[in-house]
Amino acid sequence: MKKVLLPAAGLILATALPVQAVERGELLANSCFSCHGYEGRLANATIPTLENYPASMIISQMKAYRDGTRTGTIMDRHAKGYTDEEIELMAKFIGKQGQ
Amino acid sequence: MKLNMTRRNLLKASAVSVAAGSMASFSGLASAHNHGGKHKVVIVGGGIAGATAAKSLKRLDPKMDVTLIEAGADYHTCFMSNEVINGDRDIKTIRFTLDGLKKQGINVVIDEVTGIDAKGKKVSTKGGKSFGYDRCIVAPGVALNYGAIQGYSAEVAKTIPHAWKAGEQTAILRDQLAAMKDGGTYVLVCPPNPFRCPPGPYERASLVAKYLKDNKPKSKVIMLDPKGAFSKKGLFEDAWRRHYGYEGPNAMIEWHGNDGVVSVDPKTKTVTTASGKKVKADVLNIIPPQTAGKIAQIAGLTNDAGWCPIQGKTFESSIHKDIYVVGDAAVADPLPKSGYAANSEAKVTAVAVYASLTGKAMIEPSWVNTCYSIVAHDEAISVAAVYAYEGDKIISVPNSGGLTPGGDGFNARDRKREVQYAYSWFNNIVADTFK
Repeated sequence: MKKVLLPAAGLILATALPVQAVERGELLANSCFSCHGYEGRLANATIPTLENYPASMIISQMKAYRDGTRTGTIMDRHAKGYTDEEIELMAKFIGKQGQ
Repeated sequence: MKLNMTRRNLLKASAVSVAAGSMASFSGLASAHNHGGKHKVVIVGGGIAGATAAKSLKRLDPKMDVTLIEAGADYHTCFMSNEVINGDRDIKTIRFTLDGLKKQGINVVIDEVTGIDAKGKKVSTKGGKSFGYDRCIVAPGVALNYGAIQGYSAEVAKTIPHAWKAGEQTAILRDQLAAMKDGGTYVLVCPPNPFRCPPGPYERASLVAKYLKDNKPKSKVIMLDPKGAFSKKGLFEDAWRRHYGYEGPNAMIEWHGNDGVVSVDPKTKTVTTASGKKVKADVLNIIPPQTAGKIAQIAGLTNDAGWCPIQGKTFESSIHKDIYVVGDAAVADPLPKSGYAANSEAKVTAVAVYASLTGKAMIEPSWVNTCYSIVAHDEAISVAAVYAYEGDKIISVPNSGGLTPGGDGFNARDRKREVQYAYSWFNNIVADTFK
């Protein structure tokens, strides 16, 4: 009996969870846009725009800043605030913007 | 009588909604403010926090009925206003309107909010209008407590400016500095914690000294501060030593801590500190103690200290349901009272408001802060941090953020780059907020 009931109960729990307001990647990426431009677009900027940055590049560079293999004025300090998973989530959202 | 009043206000709210092009629908009490099935959000205050919240909500749900009420037609950013005071920047470059928000379908109302009825869920204005809401976001910034310094007042501030709310005050102080004789003394009265823009007074001292060094080298800046320490203190003092002779015989900047100003004689521009020291100024700039903006006090959103307690995950008021407080007015420590933090808070709170209106789940928040201070020609310093919500509290993520490197880590080329990044930061955050 238990073998039949458990998956069914799991299914009910899963469907009962409310939908997330936004994906976490979007909420995290919103932090980036305040300096790097909404959806990565910014004209005449000294701060690099993120438009057309592929997610893979953002992931590798954020990890490099965080781990000290790339130096920066401020990005190293920001990058240390995020886990691998968070960097990947924000990068995937930003990576979608230029396409 | 009370019922009649309520009905009259509802009718007013209805009239306003029709004027704004909304469909009014009073099919039931619960949906009294849900016009034509649209969620109605009223935002009080059109500074960085309020404007960002409005834009973010409209982006999350373009159909949402978003009204932003702001007393002033023009807004001047406090950040970069220190560059206006010392003549490095035209005041026009820090002036913004809410026209960009109008283009995005946000109902912008120029009027002063005089009341927020948390039970009746409506906002009333000086102009006699009433706006019903499903959710209200209050972003009033700070109020200046003139009365904390004997002899100081809003009237006296017309000649002894605070310039801690940018605009006309900034221009008054700029003109006084420009007119000051060489050999004059600029006295900067610093506020106690907490206050808007923690590094702001010290950047101001730096930029005034920069102007004096170039133009009136016999002059100096004297800071009188009730605090024993301040934001980026080590970095500021290092810059002051290298550029302005700090702590030397001909110092152009003096900082006197642990002895705040308690009174002012406006006629002689003389201030008296707690310890009884009297200092006479040629240009006197008093930044008084602060609390949450006036409307937050009127609406009963403040604690005994005069600031707005909030639930950290959403910034919903701990006092009134369905009202959210963002920006300088909120008790959001360790997030600082900065324009950048206000922008970050507003984006996250917009998600929380959207979630509560749609029955969707609020996700784990994340905030950031980045503040630049320009201290000399080709030299800026910064502070940054990433914030998370953990164990019912906002925390600064361990090991994240921190200051521009100093001491052995000093790098002149990076300091110069930080000036350019500060300008780029400014151009973008105002676009992110207002355009």
